[in-house]
Amino acid sequence: MIRLGRRYRFSASHRLHAPELTPEQNREIFGKCNNPHGHGHNYVLELIVAGEPSAETGLLLDVRALDRLVETEVLGDYDHKFLNEEIAAFRELPPTTENVALDIRRRLEERWLSNKARLERIRIYETRRNMVEIE
Amino acid sequence: MKITRRSEFSASHVCANPGWTPERNREVYGVTSNPNGHGHNYILDVTVEGTPDPLTGMVMDLKRLKEIINEEVVDPMDHRFLNREVPPFDRVIPTTENIAREVWRRLEPRLNTANTRLHALRLYETEDLFVEYSGEAAE
Repeated sequence: MIRLGRRYRFSASHRLHAPELTPEQNREIFGKCNNPHGHGHNYVLELIVAGEPSAETGLLLDVRALDRLVETEVLGDYDHKFLNEEIAAFRELPPTTENVALDIRRRLEERWLSNKARLERIRIYETRRNMVEIE
Repeated sequence: MKITRRSEFSASHVCANPGWTPERNREVYGVTSNPNGHGHNYILDVTVEGTPDPLTGMVMDLKRLKEIINEEVVDPMDHRFLNREVPPFDRVIPTTENIAREVWRRLEPRLNTANTRLHALRLYETEDLFVEYSGEAAE
């Protein structure tokens, strides 16, 4: 088995706030990320795809098709947006990096392009020091 | 415990199946099928697993690891046109997937010893595109 990794970048703003909590609790849990006006990050999205390369082509999957899928399903919606207001999933849920990773996985799995190569892992770097990984 | 050593080499390649028409190759491989080739600065991370020696505190001598990677991979591939100068890429299409397998084939016999085992490779073709391989037996 071979794993292929591909990185993408998008920039977006968000505010972490849970409406069922008091302003003090929100401030305590989310810290600076609770600032009512939001703030932004340069996110790095890393996808790991696993499977067997085709014996004929030596390729695990068509990276250009993966790029198109990610552009259509993720980057087109996420890049240069205010996530809380412009991404449907975050009308209800706070756009923590954890929830962003779950939403991106759901989007990619719905339209996944190959039954030979599976999406094994997603990593999202919110900053160079903060990273979330889901299998 | 696992230790990882990073190496770099620069090489050119063409990804195309010689039995196909240029149009078919263009469709499958895109710009990488350009018959004149194109190059990358490859980055290779080699991870070796073992237990640190109680006397030296080392899984293996990292200088020795560097020499092995240089002998098997960097010296033969650096500043080469892989398809023309580095077998088996005269017959095996040098996709990143196939280069990773070839690197594994070259390194495994040198790094699997009584105390160490080649654990994984990560080969970056660009900063944003890489392949990971851990051999077939490990799966």
